[in-house]
Amino acid sequence: MFAALSPQFRSIENVQNIVDAAAVLAVVTCGITFVLMMGSIDLSAAGVMGASALTVSLLVANNRNDNDFGLAGVAVAVLLGCVFGCLSGLALVLLKVPSFMATLGVSAIGLGVATLMFAGVQPNISDAMLKGWAIERLLGLSYLTWIAAACVLAGWLVQRYTRLGRYAFAIGGAEEVLTLSGVRVKPYKVAVFTLAGAFYGLGGVMVTSQLGAGLVQAGNGYDFSAITAAVVGGTLLTGGRGGILHSAVGVVLVMVLTNGLVQVGVSPYWQGGVEGLIVVAAVAVAVIPQRRRNQVVK
Amino acid sequence: MSVPAEREPATPAPVPALEVRGLVKHYPGVKALDGVDLVVRQHEVLGLAGENGAGKSTLLKALVGLVTPDAGEIYVRGEAVKLRSVVDAANHGIGMVFQEQSLVPNLTAAENILLGGEGAAVRRGVYRWDVMRRLAQEQLDKIGSNIDPLARTDTLSFADRQMVEIAKVLRIEQRSQHPPVIILDEPTSVLESKEIDTLFAQIRRLREFASVVFVSHRLDEVLDVCDRVTVLRGGRSVGEVATAGAVPRELHRMMIGSTGSDDHYHENAAAAVAAEQPRLSVRGLSGRSFRDIDLDVAAGEIVAIVGVHGSGREDVCRALFGIEPTTAGEIRMDGKRISLPNTRAACAAGIGYVPAERKTEGMVGPMSVAENMTLTKQKARCAGPFVAPRKQAGLVDRWIERLSIRTPGRDTPIQRLSGGNQQKVVLARWLIGGDIRLLLLDHPTRGLDVGARSEVYRLMRELAAGGVATVLLADSLEEAIGLADRILVMNDGRVAAEVACPNGGKPSPLDLVKEMV
Repeated sequence: MFAALSPQFRSIENVQNIVDAAAVLAVVTCGITFVLMMGSIDLSAAGVMGASALTVSLLVANNRNDNDFGLAGVAVAVLLGCVFGCLSGLALVLLKVPSFMATLGVSAIGLGVATLMFAGVQPNISDAMLKGWAIERLLGLSYLTWIAAACVLAGWLVQRYTRLGRYAFAIGGAEEVLTLSGVRVKPYKVAVFTLAGAFYGLGGVMVTSQLGAGLVQAGNGYDFSAITAAVVGGTLLTGGRGGILHSAVGVVLVMVLTNGLVQVGVSPYWQGGVEGLIVVAAVAVAVIPQRRRNQVVK
Repeated sequence: MSVPAEREPATPAPVPALEVRGLVKHYPGVKALDGVDLVVRQHEVLGLAGENGAGKSTLLKALVGLVTPDAGEIYVRGEAVKLRSVVDAANHGIGMVFQEQSLVPNLTAAENILLGGEGAAVRRGVYRWDVMRRLAQEQLDKIGSNIDPLARTDTLSFADRQMVEIAKVLRIEQRSQHPPVIILDEPTSVLESKEIDTLFAQIRRLREFASVVFVSHRLDEVLDVCDRVTVLRGGRSVGEVATAGAVPRELHRMMIGSTGSDDHYHENAAAAVAAEQPRLSVRGLSGRSFRDIDLDVAAGEIVAIVGVHGSGREDVCRALFGIEPTTAGEIRMDGKRISLPNTRAACAAGIGYVPAERKTEGMVGPMSVAENMTLTKQKARCAGPFVAPRKQAGLVDRWIERLSIRTPGRDTPIQRLSGGNQQKVVLARWLIGGDIRLLLLDHPTRGLDVGARSEVYRLMRELAAGGVATVLLADSLEEAIGLADRILVMNDGRVAAEVACPNGGKPSPLDLVKEMV
């Protein structure tokens, strides 16, 4: 449809644009998909990404201090994401805080930490490697896109071939059954949130690479977009259905839609609202077969 | 752990696989188990029979560690054990196939079978699907099932899922060196007759290397597949029957025992039934689990619907309150045709419903007696859009007195009341508006003690005398017979028989059972 409306949409560059723009969203969506599969929700992406963006920008070569840790700085930022995710998970299983509240709180903590590190002066990065991720291309796609592809593959492997992934799926399907079968569910829940945190941490690093600077708002909007993408891809908010590949398709759909709207001249001011509309509509569509099924279930 | 030397003398009889002595379990207001004894021999299929509330499910839960008994002992192969969890029970070789299936629907059959004990199929957290498939196949082979281990569980038929459950339970063999004890709780309630045959063949196979405890409402099945039947009544074991040559009637007589109480059901207070047009008239009502239901209830009449689990009587009751969707048929109240698309319509038509699950569906626990009583008929306590405190207080106090509800006050949270008084508040909810014409009572005395039951019965009689029509799903057959003026027997979603039940000419439970099974 967009292809018909706008010749630009059809161009090779635009396809590259769509795919490159999808990279960060794809990584964040990988993380959130595991949490959604489990039947929980994760709203901490924005905060975790902000904290990780500031962390990485202050650890690689930058204009605020003399650090130049390179890849190690990236690793620390990802680890920080793990810590935040672990916090969410622990609050959920130990303090019995519902996941939406726990992760919302962790998001606020992340933003707070990021603001502290920002300290009023924006750290611009000069690390050639990190900056290069967003600019240099391999086979026509940016490094960031390849990183995202690797994340999707890794996520799929985890989901398909590890106990963590399978149990996350099972928890979303019937948690009580796991308990009745003698499985200790809590460690797996914490692990899933921790894994999700790692993806958000990496997402924050990728945004920093794109912007060339560490911003508190690095993750702004990604929390919601990622849930949209996962749901559009067919992952149920009640858990137990969908998966990484579904979500990858969802990411592409959402990006095509956003990009298409820009290309046909829809004001960017409209996009937030349109995205909201999509997620509600997608959930409504997703529960239709369930509603029907409930009536014939025997 | 040294057990005092109470070893069996060298008798030829082998030690029972499982033995229960004097098991007691109290719940608030009810004695669910009152000293149950049970013996499961090795390599036998033991049937467990009993009416609702006889203590079957509590006993089973105690055997798999879901319920901790207050007193009594459980012996596994002669050794006293304390079972604290399902895993604990599994380690002692006891496993249960739950009534509501306990499989994860979105996993494969293989994963479900090996859940929580994947062993070699998962190394360092990484799945090896080929190994998993093989291990699951071994379990399935034991029961001779040809299900694809890698099929998703929710794509399997109900009977196949039952097989997966059995295969899963059989895994406990690996946890203990002894033959396992497998408990099957109502495994046939939703199976077709062909599937039941398959299941029974599997049960007979199981006997070769395990002991089986089989629970079913259908007595003919119990007699068919079991070697021996233990009958429970009122939380006690009341007898044991060798199934060879036994007939369902005999078992049923033991299940219900003799009802000696005189006028427990206030039969002499039975209301005169209005003879003219019925208050409620249902013709050809069909829905998901029932078909072609005809039902008339006159003002002042109590009509009981009886039937086994799965007969569809609960759904008929819920359909009359607009909860369960219907596909055909008509419902008339006092001759006027009504449609019941939702519960609001039912309330407006003067229909009241007392659900079976009082604690979750019948009342809002932390809210006060007054709030619970006025939940539905808001108008009765309001002036315009606002609650009128004095109007509400007067109204609620009047009904507390009228139904002699024992409560510290109208503002006491309802959960602090005893079960019987809670139920009276739930009933009062429909009475305060003064416009009640038909009451649907779904197990109104469930979980109540004898005294509280009697009060609920008396209240039902009073309401009937006041011209209210009542549809009753009773807790037991005697209750239905004692209270009802007429009884509808449902079997497999249809009305199988209608039995007049006038005071002085009551049918016997056996007459009804005949139609139920």
